[in-house]
Amino acid sequence: MRRTVGRRGTGDLLIALVVTAIMAALPFGYSNELLLFNFVTFLALSQGLNVLYGFTGYLPFGYVGFFGAGAYGFALTVMHLNWPPLAAMAAAGVAALILAAILTPLLRLSGAYFAIASLAAAQSVYEIVANPALEDVTKGPYGVSLSGVFAPMFSYQVGVAVLLFSLVVVVWLRNSRFGLALQAIREDTVSAAMAGVSVVRGRTIAWLLSALIAGLVGGVYAWHISVFYPDTAFNIQFSIFATVFVLFGGATTLIGPILGVVILYGVYNTIGITVPQYFQLIYGVLIVALVLFLPNGLVSLATRRGIRVP
Amino acid sequence: MLTHALFGGLLFGLYFTLVGLGLNLIFGVMRIVNLAHGDFLMLGAFAAYWLFTLFGLHPLVAAVAVLVVFVLVGLPIYYLIVPRLLVSRDSEMLSIILFFGLSQIIEALASIFFGTTERSIPGRVLGTGPVRILGQSVPSAWAFGAAVSAVAVILVYLYLYRTRLGTLTRAVMVSRDEALATGIDVHRVSAIAFGIGIALAGIAGVFEPFMLGSVTPAIGGDITIAAFAVIVVGTLGNPLGTVLGGIVYGVSLLLMQTYLSSWANLLPNLLLIGVLLIRPEGLLGRQVRRA
Repeated sequence: MRRTVGRRGTGDLLIALVVTAIMAALPFGYSNELLLFNFVTFLALSQGLNVLYGFTGYLPFGYVGFFGAGAYGFALTVMHLNWPPLAAMAAAGVAALILAAILTPLLRLSGAYFAIASLAAAQSVYEIVANPALEDVTKGPYGVSLSGVFAPMFSYQVGVAVLLFSLVVVVWLRNSRFGLALQAIREDTVSAAMAGVSVVRGRTIAWLLSALIAGLVGGVYAWHISVFYPDTAFNIQFSIFATVFVLFGGATTLIGPILGVVILYGVYNTIGITVPQYFQLIYGVLIVALVLFLPNGLVSLATRRGIRVP
Repeated sequence: MLTHALFGGLLFGLYFTLVGLGLNLIFGVMRIVNLAHGDFLMLGAFAAYWLFTLFGLHPLVAAVAVLVVFVLVGLPIYYLIVPRLLVSRDSEMLSIILFFGLSQIIEALASIFFGTTERSIPGRVLGTGPVRILGQSVPSAWAFGAAVSAVAVILVYLYLYRTRLGTLTRAVMVSRDEALATGIDVHRVSAIAFGIGIALAGIAGVFEPFMLGSVTPAIGGDITIAAFAVIVVGTLGNPLGTVLGGIVYGVSLLLMQTYLSSWANLLPNLLLIGVLLIRPEGLLGRQVRRA
């Protein structure tokens, strides 16, 4: 038993490393580096969402709040304290962790209430950051410029490192006692608690990990694009896209969200950008169809037949 | 200034009662969260806009037309989506994702057909100049919105407590399983409640251009949040509690706009989080809902 778990873990880890290596190597052979960076961003962000939604069942509609907190954690330390980018990346992670710690009481809410409350929380953070009254601190709605630290190639590779981190977290959750405990909590809280699983501790750790990933992705995103507005960093599209990618591929798996990003974001970039409304329409139809016909995602086509999907 | 904020907030809040009423009815009967609520409201606003621009129809006439059309549209939507949803493992959670998809569809279609420019209906349609009520002068649109909302609340009350179908609806609200066991046609009752809920959103939408200034296809999301704040404050699943929720929302919004205007946009979000965390059962609720 223990040996199979170990072997599976090695296989999962191999997939994570291969995906990371591919994303790290691609800019040397393909010139549209911003597009590749967006892929890295969504690959990591959807794994971060997977950590929370896939393993605890909490669906944070306001996931973008952590992303934005990370972006502004990075921007503010660079602007006001002149921190070097890598130190500012740490600040991005810490900013998201602080926000998550403040919002931990939201975990007391169940299902839909949690989803809506987290959306409201993200909106609140946006309203505070974008408020003209705070122009001296956050530059309000006028946006920030970080041209001093602009380094597209370096920040891209840091983004890939964040991606690796997010993949490793998911591999760990899929192959560890802790990850199993989380899934037990998700399936039946009372039984899990009776079996000696610490419900509050488990959920809180998953929540903080998930927020940390989003914060790091937000920080490296701010670094890479270097000029952005609160509307960019807190754009609800980030939550929507990440949610759809995870649902489409299949939560709780490693390759589900990867499949979601590669297929859907690939399609988006080939047809979507010129007419966003049509793409929004396709996404809407896709979400409805998924919930009605394939609520466990693409990978359920295989798991349904008893095939284990990494 | 304080009394004006309080009185204006009361009228404004009564309008927001109408905004939340349909959402709460649907939640109460089906225990699903209609995240497309704000988008149905947006469609109502566009209906009012086009009916006025093309035929010069008064909003009150438009409201009646919207009521009929939206109920008729709501029934097939119910039968297409909800029965499948209710048999699934976690219908509340899946409903939120599904209706989120529906809201994306509606918003996209509205952008494609109506364009993304801001549309508004001239305010003089509802009477010129402010009206004086109890010594306070308020925009006539607010008086209109509040009056229509009051009528809608009374009609919903009469439907729920004075008709046979309403009694059945309340039975389904209390316990879906027991209602089913008693031989009530749960799907018929639910479908009608769904239609009424969407129609209430549409009627609220008819007055949206007057209350909030203009309409674009993108307003749905913010309105859904505001509506959710209203019904959470006024007890989820209790349509009449929405009145209290709306008034609390309206009065606090106007107080914020009067004294702390630059932070007023924060209010619906903070009110929602605060009430969910401190008193999740709502101001009128008895039962504690556990996570």
